[in-house]
Amino acid sequence: MRRLGYSVFVLLGLSVVVFIIARLVPGDPARAALGPRATQEAVEALRAKLHLDKPIYVQYFFWLRSVFRGDFGESLYTRRPVIEDIREFLPATLELALFAGLFMAVFGLLLGVLSARYANTWVDNVIRVLAYLGIATPAFVVAIILILLFGMYYEVFPTIGRLSPGISAPPRLTGLLTLDSLLSGNWVALVDALKHLFLPALSLSLGGLFQEARITRASMLENARRDFVAAARAYGIPERVVIAKYLFKPSIIPTVSILGLDFASLIGNAFLVELLFNWPGLSRYGINVMLRKDIEAIVAVVMVLGVVFTVVNILVDLVVAYLDPRIRLVERGE
Amino acid sequence: MRRTRIGRWWYKFSRNPLSVVGLIIVVGVVFCAVFAPWVAPYPEHAGPYVNYREANQPPSLAHPFGTDIFGRDVLSRVFFAFRSSLLMGIVVLSIVVPVGVTLGLLAGYFKESWIDILIMRITDIFLSVPPLILALAITSVLKPNLTNAMIAVSVMWWPWYTRLVYGMATSLRNEYFVQSAELIGASKFHILFREILPNCVSTILTKMTLDMGWVILIGAALSFVGLGEQPPKPALGTMVADGAKYLPEYWWISVFPGLAIMLIVLGFNLLGDGIGDLFSLEEA
Repeated sequence: MRRLGYSVFVLLGLSVVVFIIARLVPGDPARAALGPRATQEAVEALRAKLHLDKPIYVQYFFWLRSVFRGDFGESLYTRRPVIEDIREFLPATLELALFAGLFMAVFGLLLGVLSARYANTWVDNVIRVLAYLGIATPAFVVAIILILLFGMYYEVFPTIGRLSPGISAPPRLTGLLTLDSLLSGNWVALVDALKHLFLPALSLSLGGLFQEARITRASMLENARRDFVAAARAYGIPERVVIAKYLFKPSIIPTVSILGLDFASLIGNAFLVELLFNWPGLSRYGINVMLRKDIEAIVAVVMVLGVVFTVVNILVDLVVAYLDPRIRLVERGE
Repeated sequence: MRRTRIGRWWYKFSRNPLSVVGLIIVVGVVFCAVFAPWVAPYPEHAGPYVNYREANQPPSLAHPFGTDIFGRDVLSRVFFAFRSSLLMGIVVLSIVVPVGVTLGLLAGYFKESWIDILIMRITDIFLSVPPLILALAITSVLKPNLTNAMIAVSVMWWPWYTRLVYGMATSLRNEYFVQSAELIGASKFHILFREILPNCVSTILTKMTLDMGWVILIGAALSFVGLGEQPPKPALGTMVADGAKYLPEYWWISVFPGLAIMLIVLGFNLLGDGIGDLFSLEEA
């Protein structure tokens, strides 16, 4: 609970910072929105409507009010509440990020465990070399290589958009296409949506995936030398159980902690990967509003992603607390 | 005396072949960047050069990385793009490290005072949003160019150093050597920068080497969306983005600059790991 309160404070702080940065823009947003041929009166009227003629702390207050009203202000270009744009584009990004996060966690742990189990054999060496390459390759370069491979040679996985043109989208319930089609029992759409997700999610997750693998490997090897593992072995517990039960659980604590951080770079990289895969998500919207200097929308995008990131980190902390009895027991005061 | 010490360092460093590979990559990239006008096969292609007869040539002996849609040699442009990438890394780190480290030292040493609370709360605020997004937002409201990209990355990068040094300073402040310095009445400045800081240097140096790669990567990401160095000057991210439009056919336009980014990041990562190992061996 205290963690939650602190998060709200941090997000409020973030809004102040972003707000100040956004208002530092040289030039007049109202003039920019109306174009050079608008009359001076029209510009003044818009300035007054947007409260741009008032001091910055008053502007901040108005903005905060718009947040609590739930609309995040009005986009200067689409002329509709920013929240509508966000509601339209956020689910696609969330879906992509969730799948990429899933890849990252599952395959990262898998490779890490494999690497530690077969430490210093060829399996381990292959994984470690791949890890160095994978971590160093930016997501947008991975995306380009994947598009090249699959777009040219194997057309198993589509490289554009969220659904194939011939397939009708399931009714919008959550906005997550996979979940919507699952809920409405539309199997064709589900398979197609999953296929579309595969390449962008893979290119987003690759860097973090190998990071997780490396960390898991290191902490497994470190914990393998600990007394409690030796004790478990001495009791005659089968090796498989020792690894799965005694070694695995404490060893993934650092991996899970770092997952939160990797999720940050994942969301950031989604900005670039969505562009390449023509993915109709928040990031593409974000880039568009950034290039048009649509201030209200920029602030909203940064804030929404800040909230997503914060929520993910709270979840990560909860998982870590669950895994690590030292944290769990201290917080309960035992 | 000094030579033997360097010799010992080199011996330990070279025991891990990966570190040596990293060093070779980094030295190679720096060499190509510094001597780009002499090393690049077509130095004039780094600017607004157009020759449509040579456009979109696949990789060949004359153009190892092929040519782009304006007929410019991609290899030459990659060499020149190394310059702005490295410049970005150096400038950003030389802003971020002093600021971040000083704030971290202050907050860590004056733990639980208002200084600590103020600095660390602000740090948390900056860390509460994915770094690339904050950098994108900042660059987008400014004019898109290399200087502003460097400003944006600096604004979002310092908190990492603050947090890193904060952690070390909070534990070092209880060490005997710090307490005895306090007892003999050393100034706060002396304690922060002459007693605590030297014990953090190895960790900071390791992080700086790794960060060179990451800053360059973020810089490439910014130029990828058009918010970095502006054309016709070459930037790795811009080259990847421009080439992506002609993807299946003229793959070399974007793939080689992309691999170049990977190479730089890989080089600094391997080197950073090597330096990190070196320091931990030294202390052991």
